[in-house]
Amino acid sequence: MCRLKVKLEDKNVDDSNNDNLLSIICTIDTLRTLIKKKLVRVVDVRKAEDYQQEHIPTAVSLPLAVLLEKDTPEGVVDILESLGISDKMPTVIYDDTFGALAARVAWTFQYVGHTNTALLEVTFSHWKNLGLETDKNINTFPKTQHSLNINYDIHADAPYVEMVKEQPNKILVDSRERLNFLTEHIPGAKNIPYTMVGSINNSSSILRKPEEIKRFIYNRGITSDSEVITYCGSVGTLSGLTYYALKLAGVKNVKLYSKSFREWKSLGKPKEEFKDANYWDLSAE
Amino acid sequence: MKNKTSTNISSKQKNVLFSKSNYKWSREEESDSFAQKVKLFRQGKLSEDDFRRFRLQHGAYGSRLQMNYSMVRIKIPSGEISPEQLEKIANLSEAFSIGSAHVSTRQNIQLHWVQLEDVSEVMRGLAEVGLTTREACGNTVRNVMCSHFAGVCPEEAFDATAYAKAIARFFIRNPMCQNLPRKFKINFGCCNKHGLVRIADIGLIPVIMDGERGFKIYLGGGLGAASFIGHLLEDFTPENKLLSTSMATIRLFDRHGNRENMARNRMRYLVHEMGWDKFQKMVLKERSIVQMTTAASTAKLFDIGAEETEQLPKTEHTMVKLPILKEQVTTTESPSYERWLHTNVVPQKHWGYFTVFVTLGAGDITANQLRVLAGTIRDFSVESAARNTPQQNLAIRFVKENDLNEFYNRLASVGLANPGALTIASAVGCSGTTSCNLAITNSHRLAKEVQHKFLELGFDTDDDLRDSTIKISGCPNSCGQHEIATIGFFGGASRIGTAMAPTYTMLFGGSAEEQGELGKAIMRVPAKRVIDTICRIVEIYKQEKSNTETLKQWINKIVRGEGTGNMKSIENIKTALTSFTHLPPVEQEPELYRDYGTDIKFNAKTARGECAA
Ligand code: SF4
Repeated sequence: MCRLKVKLEDKNVDDSNNDNLLSIICTIDTLRTLIKKKLVRVVDVRKAEDYQQEHIPTAVSLPLAVLLEKDTPEGVVDILESLGISDKMPTVIYDDTFGALAARVAWTFQYVGHTNTALLEVTFSHWKNLGLETDKNINTFPKTQHSLNINYDIHADAPYVEMVKEQPNKILVDSRERLNFLTEHIPGAKNIPYTMVGSINNSSSILRKPEEIKRFIYNRGITSDSEVITYCGSVGTLSGLTYYALKLAGVKNVKLYSKSFREWKSLGKPKEEFKDANYWDLSAE
Repeated sequence: MKNKTSTNISSKQKNVLFSKSNYKWSREEESDSFAQKVKLFRQGKLSEDDFRRFRLQHGAYGSRLQMNYSMVRIKIPSGEISPEQLEKIANLSEAFSIGSAHVSTRQNIQLHWVQLEDVSEVMRGLAEVGLTTREACGNTVRNVMCSHFAGVCPEEAFDATAYAKAIARFFIRNPMCQNLPRKFKINFGCCNKHGLVRIADIGLIPVIMDGERGFKIYLGGGLGAASFIGHLLEDFTPENKLLSTSMATIRLFDRHGNRENMARNRMRYLVHEMGWDKFQKMVLKERSIVQMTTAASTAKLFDIGAEETEQLPKTEHTMVKLPILKEQVTTTESPSYERWLHTNVVPQKHWGYFTVFVTLGAGDITANQLRVLAGTIRDFSVESAARNTPQQNLAIRFVKENDLNEFYNRLASVGLANPGALTIASAVGCSGTTSCNLAITNSHRLAKEVQHKFLELGFDTDDDLRDSTIKISGCPNSCGQHEIATIGFFGGASRIGTAMAPTYTMLFGGSAEEQGELGKAIMRVPAKRVIDTICRIVEIYKQEKSNTETLKQWINKIVRGEGTGNMKSIENIKTALTSFTHLPPVEQEPELYRDYGTDIKFNAKTARGECAA
């Protein structure tokens, strides 16, 4: 079972609730209110130089690459502590890569037990385009304590993924684009490209509407009771976004194979390939 | 940003109205019922045959050797498409397809490798902008084509677009044509040069006789494993007989067409077997029956007025090649801009307006390019629409002379400003082994390679080559329209010993013009030698041609056996080319035994066709 303490139905933070529990997606309004009340830690996961130029007020910098260097549960807890994030602190994460980098960081926080984590509903560019406030300060906060409480339910490793084939109730989802998927993928995987659940061109939100995602995955035979494991090409960013899209659509049991296809290949595990067509030649790229 | 209002038009032409077509071809419920049917099929409650018929009727083909994926064919009746529709297609291609869309040779736009379970979502998205995939495949009236010059062609009698759309509206979902013996194609032209009127089941050229609008109607043409040129039904068919003639023809085909033999069930075989005279008499007789029996309410469904646009007065202009622009337009600052003007822009019959062609590679365009193009069309085309062309390019009409440079810059910003659209460099290629079940060779990639090479060699700037065309199909079925190319190719396989090599049969001298002929097969060429062979032909032509003769004229002459000098006949040219077309054993040249786009040994694999034509 999933132990995420997110409130699917409530988009806004309930002030009377001392926990200030965030939903999966944090709206612009909610974030601005929380910033004003100094009740939130905003995490910018873009490159350090981009952060230095400007960022959302009060945001701290955690480039994805920095997190990936310390990507062990203990390492991540260290990071949380050094960013001044305590166990219950509402944490909102944003990027400028249609939400994929933010998703990977958010998932990692939740994996080590920081459940109260959300994705900002828009990218930084969109925030800027709306003319919202930014600042240039290099924000730091006093070091805090954070406990380690690993949520094994949202993680999958290679041996777990390997077993999926024999278990029809578990569904493996490849989040890469179609042509990459056709070329090679983990046997038995279904392809739901991140472009299908994200709304990379409707920048008013990084994810499509929950009803839409629900309909898409229903067509694919995925219901809220399915167990779904997502993966992508390298470090779990695109699949991180898909992870949250599925959560948003109400799928209770979703896991991220964070080491994804890169590890799978390096382990020499079996692949499914489709060599009977020259589909790459249809691309105008 | 420019605003597009009638003020954009010079005072002389102020009375022009651009009535925008907003006809909704789609029905929302069809997307739900498609999703339903897919579920039933997956649960085994719907037989494969029944599902296939339903799927094709709704515009989804099975993808190459992978029936879990579909090619979704979006109909663009008359080829006219709005910026909103282009943007929607961009988004759908990113969400559900491969991030690129493909312009077909029949004014459809195709999304490839769509998961069968997602097809209904593509349909739902299309319905939001009025587009449909209904009857884009299957045994019914396919997308109704119209010359992309209709409405701007200096040679046309009148704009046929409204008629093409009215015919499309009348027949779509019409019970009369839901179960024809085979697919049925209707093409409208503008003049006797543009439009594929003689290779359609019904081809129509607008004409005016004694002040009355009407058409020259050709019946029974079509390309395929066996191709025929259409026959002229009568000298003049007045516009009030357009519907009855079409209905009569379809009814006869429905009644007499061959339903047994898949390979010979297009109407052209019926015409051929019956003999033209007999068929012609039957059509005329059937037409009088149709006229007597068609209820007024039915006839009303054929509504041309709904979308008719007003005509501009004809000007002195004739469609000659650029540069004929005024000094200020042709700057010498940018040679690439000038080259583009020369090969991608033609003046319209409306003074000061131009039609701009966007060169695509075998019809492919990325989602991002589509979006930028949509914005450019909004800003610079007075009619705010694009038309897709059978050469797999896009034509943007009503662009003002002074906007051409900015138009070019906008296209160039996303790699869409390649020259050569109206020249030999714009090679046509069907989808071939990139997605088609019947394909033997990768015709799609070959067309892109040809284009790339020809642009590199500057063939597009050579006026001697300009009016020649290269068209390539991946099998004998002619979706690449190889039989109407100056030099056409269709894919096959050749065996030398135990090794198989991808080869193309080369044809000479095809043309779709009113007086056109189908190409004649010359010889087989290894796939990897096609480009060298064409280059060699051009070399020989340059040595042999007499003064102003173009490549096309020279080739036609040879096909007719009227050549001069060393190249009198097809036999002469064959001899001259054998060193290029010879296929040595695999040990000597293993490269010739691999097709484009793959490093594995060639193997001609095909599956059951669903008539991807
Ligand atoms: S059927 Fe043949 S000609 Fe048509 S798309 Fe397929 S390969 Fe090309």
